[in-house]
Amino acid sequence: MNWNYIVRRVSLFLVVVWAAASVNFFVPRLGTGRDPIREKLGQLAASGGLRQDGIEAMVKAYQAKFGLDRPLYEQYWNFLADTVRLDLGYSLANYPARVGDLIGNAMPWTIGLMVISVLIGFAIGTLMGALSAWPGSPRWVRGMAVPLMTMSAIPPYLLGLIVLYILGLKLKLFPLSGGYSPGMLAIASVDYYIDVVHHSILPALAIVLQAVGFWALGMRGMMVTTSGEDYIALAEANGLRNRTIFLRFGLRNAMLPQFTALGLSLANVVAGQVIVEVIFAYPGIGTVLFQAIQASDYTVINGVVLILIMAIGLVTMIMDFLYPLLDPRISHRSGT
Amino acid sequence: MSGVNTGSRGAISAEDLSMSETREVMLDIQGLEVHFETRRGIARAVNDVDLQLYKGERFGLVGESGSGKTTMILALLRMIKTPGFIAGGRAVFDDGTDLLRLSPEEVRENRLRRVAMVPQGAMNSLNPVMRIGQQITLTMREHGEEGTKVEFQDRVAQLLDQVGLKPEVAQLYPHELSGGMKQRACIAQAISLSPRLILADEPTSALDVVVQRQIMQTLRQLQLQLDATVLLVGHDMGLMAQFAERVGIMYGGKLVEVGAVADVFRNPQHPYTQLLISSIPSFERRGTFKGIPGVGLSLLDSPTGCLFHPRCPQAMERCSRDEPGLTQLGPGQHVSCLLYEKDESHATSA
Ligand SMILES: Nc1ncnc2c1ncn2[C@@H]1O[C@H](COP(=O)(O)OP(=O)(O)O)[C@@H](O)[C@H]1O
Ligand SMILES: [Mg+2]
Repeated sequence: MNWNYIVRRVSLFLVVVWAAASVNFFVPRLGTGRDPIREKLGQLAASGGLRQDGIEAMVKAYQAKFGLDRPLYEQYWNFLADTVRLDLGYSLANYPARVGDLIGNAMPWTIGLMVISVLIGFAIGTLMGALSAWPGSPRWVRGMAVPLMTMSAIPPYLLGLIVLYILGLKLKLFPLSGGYSPGMLAIASVDYYIDVVHHSILPALAIVLQAVGFWALGMRGMMVTTSGEDYIALAEANGLRNRTIFLRFGLRNAMLPQFTALGLSLANVVAGQVIVEVIFAYPGIGTVLFQAIQASDYTVINGVVLILIMAIGLVTMIMDFLYPLLDPRISHRSGT
Repeated sequence: MSGVNTGSRGAISAEDLSMSETREVMLDIQGLEVHFETRRGIARAVNDVDLQLYKGERFGLVGESGSGKTTMILALLRMIKTPGFIAGGRAVFDDGTDLLRLSPEEVRENRLRRVAMVPQGAMNSLNPVMRIGQQITLTMREHGEEGTKVEFQDRVAQLLDQVGLKPEVAQLYPHELSGGMKQRACIAQAISLSPRLILADEPTSALDVVVQRQIMQTLRQLQLQLDATVLLVGHDMGLMAQFAERVGIMYGGKLVEVGAVADVFRNPQHPYTQLLISSIPSFERRGTFKGIPGVGLSLLDSPTGCLFHPRCPQAMERCSRDEPGLTQLGPGQHVSCLLYEKDESHATSA
């Protein structure tokens, strides 16, 4: 890998984020004649039984505040400047709250829950998928393919409801909702962390169960192909140990496409698992996004989408840098 | 690549022949049977094969596709997979070890240390994510070889040198090597523990002609250095004639003729061998590719008597009835054909 490639790849990342952010800026403004502030104020006035007179003045005031009275190119310039500073503006639905704070507060919950669940699901799923396709595995291990496939076909929210019902409601092993117990002081104490982990187990289980099936399915397909490769047969003819052939010849090669999928999956983590989080009333990004959509809170939705774009761009870039280390056939020597 | 004289030896003189008669038997294969269970019945892919391999000889196995050559090699490596199984026989080394009666762990240890394989498709026979040196080192370590990193580097460099590769190749990945270099790397790995028997199943079929010759030369050179026995499978008769000292002709899982390469090629005795040899275009008989009449054998409903009789131009009435045994013709030449079984009363012994 050389500097030339790194510079080009980072530039590409910046261009992608810029283009996506611009689309994010212009698309909502294409809707002719729609004015979210006027609509919002109109709704508030109607529900609150307010007189409509003052609204015009309020719209003007808000437009000045959000800079919506300026020409489009100026708005665009300000938007880009804000984006660079990661300033996502105010929430429309909860006005004084800033989008950055809403997302910032929810992010650790989501990342903590999701990254760990996705990684656990990936590790177990990949291993089980590989073993289920390996000719040297015991018969019962190869038989695991069927339940794994079934599991991958059940959506995580359904698994969520099932684990919620059995482990939460019937067996009362875990709390039904929330990220921590109400009344618990959110300070860094051992009790607090235990409480947080206790709350995260059910939603994590829902995600892990489905992820295991998903990763196992992909890995199984790759492993079936890999186990028929000539280098596996020669390794066996050379008297290598079964475990070595499985791990260093089979798994190692069959895993390569899994890494691409894992990267994308980790990037998607920042958008949360909307339905799972909502089911468990988990204070993560998924819940924030769900509430924003319900309240037509455009700035929050835009903020989440922007963060998601940046995460995907960043992760794909990191993967491009890592791939030559994983697969020597891919190299970034100049010209390629 | 130079050093040992590998000057071409197309023919073998009479002295060579008598010498091979007195050679020590290294591996004695008796009654080897490999069957495949199919939905339509049992296929006898290797059918009652007797074969003695001498110490330090180059033996060629020839036969049309599906005649059981690969299956026989895999049986010696104990790599027959379901639906196949070794249904009988012995393969006894000169120290008394029977390859067909080893425990699974003994089978593993036996591979490479005693019996090594040079693969057919070297194109894809090396792990794409491991450097050549790493792979060879790992393979040796798996067999309990010990040493420091530097010691292994030296051993790998020496192995690479033996197959005509530069030591830098150890640092390369398979995709950075040409087909011929990959095959050489595979050979280096195969000889890493000085095996006594090297099995090579069409080792050059994926390579171009010039590289083929070079690889075969290297293989011969190493065979002489190690005093190993090479069992070469191939259908290139020219290459076989240059490389092998003795050949065996397989048909339908049976070994139908065995003898010194010069005898078998110049003076084939079995009708199948005769057709096989005459089907090769040569300088003397340019363009007279005859082919062999009749369709290839189906192992599932194989004929009674001699397996070849439906296609045999010299078939006699008794060929569909009696199974031929092995008849000794000259020194070291055996044939399995009723034409040579003079006494009818002994014909059904096999
Ligand atoms: N996996 C298998 N299943 C069923 N039959 C097989 C299988 N592998 C080989 N055979 C049988 O063994 C015979 C010999 O095959 P093979 O040893 O590959 O021949 P060769 O190497 O001489 O071309 C084939 O004709 C086929 O009938
Ligand atoms: Mg074959």
